[in-house]
Amino acid sequence: MEAYINGLSVISPQNTFNNSDFLSEPVVYTTNYLSCIEPSYKEYLNPTLARRMARIIKMGIAASNICMKDANVAMPDAIITGTALGCLEDTEKFLWAIIENEEQFLTPTSFIQSTHNTVSAQIALQLKCMNYNFTYVHKGFSFESALLDSLMTIAEGEAQNVLTGAHDEMTDKYYKVCDRIGYWKKENVSTFDLINSKTNGSIAGEGAAFFMLGAQKGENVYAKIRGLKTIYKPESAAEIEKHINQLLAEKGLTINDIDVVLYGINGDVQYDHVYYNLKDGLLKNSSATYFKHLCGEYQTASSFAMWIAAMILKTQNIPHAILIGENKRKPIKNVLIYNTFLNIDHSLLLLSAC
Amino acid sequence: MSKKIYITGLGIISAIGNNVEETLDFLNKQKSGVSSLDNIVSRYQHQLPVGEVKASNDELKKLAGIEHLPDNTRTTYLGIIAAKEAVKNAGINNMKEFRTGLISATSVGGMGITENLWFDYLNPEKTGEWLRYIETHECGDSTESIAESVGATDYVSTISTACSSSANSIMFGARLIKHGIVDRIIVGGTDSLSRFTINGFMTLMILDNEHCKPFDAERKGLNLGEGAGFIVLESEEAAKGKTILAELSGYGNSNDAYHQTASSPDGAGAYLAMEKAFKISGLKPENISYINAHGTGTAINDLSEGTAITRMFGKNVPFISSTKAYTGHTLGACGGIEAVFSVLAINHNTVFPNLNYKNQMPEVEFTPTTELLTNQKIDHVLSNSFGFGGNTSALIFSRHN
Amino acid sequence: MDALIDKLKGEIIEQLNLEDVKKEDINNDAPLFGDGLGLDSIDALELIVLLEKNYGIKVANPQDGKKIFQSIRTMAEYIQANQK
Repeated sequence: MEAYINGLSVISPQNTFNNSDFLSEPVVYTTNYLSCIEPSYKEYLNPTLARRMARIIKMGIAASNICMKDANVAMPDAIITGTALGCLEDTEKFLWAIIENEEQFLTPTSFIQSTHNTVSAQIALQLKCMNYNFTYVHKGFSFESALLDSLMTIAEGEAQNVLTGAHDEMTDKYYKVCDRIGYWKKENVSTFDLINSKTNGSIAGEGAAFFMLGAQKGENVYAKIRGLKTIYKPESAAEIEKHINQLLAEKGLTINDIDVVLYGINGDVQYDHVYYNLKDGLLKNSSATYFKHLCGEYQTASSFAMWIAAMILKTQNIPHAILIGENKRKPIKNVLIYNTFLNIDHSLLLLSAC
Repeated sequence: MSKKIYITGLGIISAIGNNVEETLDFLNKQKSGVSSLDNIVSRYQHQLPVGEVKASNDELKKLAGIEHLPDNTRTTYLGIIAAKEAVKNAGINNMKEFRTGLISATSVGGMGITENLWFDYLNPEKTGEWLRYIETHECGDSTESIAESVGATDYVSTISTACSSSANSIMFGARLIKHGIVDRIIVGGTDSLSRFTINGFMTLMILDNEHCKPFDAERKGLNLGEGAGFIVLESEEAAKGKTILAELSGYGNSNDAYHQTASSPDGAGAYLAMEKAFKISGLKPENISYINAHGTGTAINDLSEGTAITRMFGKNVPFISSTKAYTGHTLGACGGIEAVFSVLAINHNTVFPNLNYKNQMPEVEFTPTTELLTNQKIDHVLSNSFGFGGNTSALIFSRHN
Repeated sequence: MDALIDKLKGEIIEQLNLEDVKKEDINNDAPLFGDGLGLDSIDALELIVLLEKNYGIKVANPQDGKKIFQSIRTMAEYIQANQK
């Protein structure tokens, strides 16, 4: 099961959405709550439709729109998304209204839009796309599940072009709520200090990323997705290594073929050892890079990582902003992403140059 | 890789029973499990007709056999009860024998707890052991607890596409087997009632304040329900030598792309989903013995689905019923619950009736089955599930020969 | 009546988040749904709540909305006739 990335777009806390710059001048944050830099939605959404939409829906639709143009695909054969928290702002709005108004005078809009599949459904509605439409909502596996389904759909011959995406938003309230269970650092950490942090917790982030995956190579192809694996609560570092070796063996590759590894290092001293074990061990000969200091931690952050991996493979450039140490390899043929959310959901994603 | 998908186990809990045996008994009695909302403190408590599981959270926890674990959400308890029964029913004793996963589905995850504690979560002056419930809010959290309770963790995921969620988890699970990613998978969904969904449907003005009447010309809306339904899917190799209850022969998903919540009057999405399911199964409409319809009892769903079925089957619509009047509409769980009903229909040669039906809808060519029919040869059952966002899914269950 | 119509316009713009619409853009007799303001069935449900919350008028059957919400004027007339 493989597919080409023929187009992409990511709205993130960096200047990324129009693909014109590849993290050459990263935005530096000094707080622990990163919000997306959003495009002007007027280009992508007509105001009658947009008036009811919460921020995450607009981000999702705009990103999917830019991605489709980038790939020059007008109608995808399937729309498959991942989101752990769905449309949080609308969920909170309706929840607040129920409690505050004691279940009276409630209006439907925020309830309707709180549904987890709102973004994929809205994209379908705008495109009048009646094809396969799925939404995965499994924490740190949300995007990975969407990706696996996309690869399966292409392998089944059911689709030539699959619009695959992920979106999760952070809100002021949810930031506070998660802070109470230790998700975020107590002290403010600046973007490039995160990696040296020795305290518990990470920084909050968000993003909306879309990819046009094709059975065939498109004109604007970025990279090829070779395979992925999800590992639920691995029991040991050895189990993780076993899965990496297995994935590579399935593709006829060895550890030495991995030029770049993109680690989900998030500055949380409780879990970062998972990455360092690999970086200083099994994968020590590959160039090491990281990304969560740029986008923050969120359940579908691996979608931001896939954007970076695709850009590295296409441009053959590793931005300084993501490098740990030196780039050891040229040309860059294979990139491996290793990510975990809270050391529960672990995922591996392998991309190759075209 | 497995071409066929075998169903070897069933598990269910809803307003009409805490397990498969109780459920079958209740279905045969031809009476509704819809009663009034009792378990939730709400403006609508003791008034609103709902398909509620008549057990407290503590009772459900006991039934789930997890008294040794910290308290969890009602959604999780319901899911564990049904998933454990399905695994037991499938006679799985050794989870390690084959790669086994679990895909669950839910519409609002742990909302039943979030809606009670939300303001406390936001109040830094309040603190307590209950803060750990914050993590139960995410849809994936109940899935992980369910997967761990049965030890099926080789592939774990969750789907949320509103009311078609668990039909979609069944479809995804079957495809994971076909692609050789797992050998066995427990698939279905779980949802508990919550003030969030009750009030949400209230704002849409599609709740009937009496018992729902699917496919009746005078229908007024739906009754909400709660529950969980899981089935065990196995590859040909994993199922070797086992009792096979039925096969999942077809599945299809499509999008109506008509409106955020409402189905199109011509049921275009529903038609496409059924058409895809027929294509996968290699069956034709005339092979279907019984349709377990989505049939929520809202004006719009039943018109849209009825029109699509009329278009697909013409004047030869087979036995058809909606079982929503038994259970209420269990949202993210209904595809799993109705998958269990579909397999029971095949195994017991029975068509379960469409309760509360009186008046023929003028727009459709069929009349639903209103009495329990036994001694019927039910070889292929079509089960529809449709959700918000135009999400339309169809599954076909077939007798194993 | 004119005062009620003016107030109603403000409430509708706020409730339905019609950012780019000004009170003077809404013709008293133009249709609110379809071609006019371009409102849809979800907006109709929002307006039903507006009637209940701001004017104490309960509309039990959403189908009645079609008549009540033909235009700003019909809506204002309905409020005058039904407000206690």
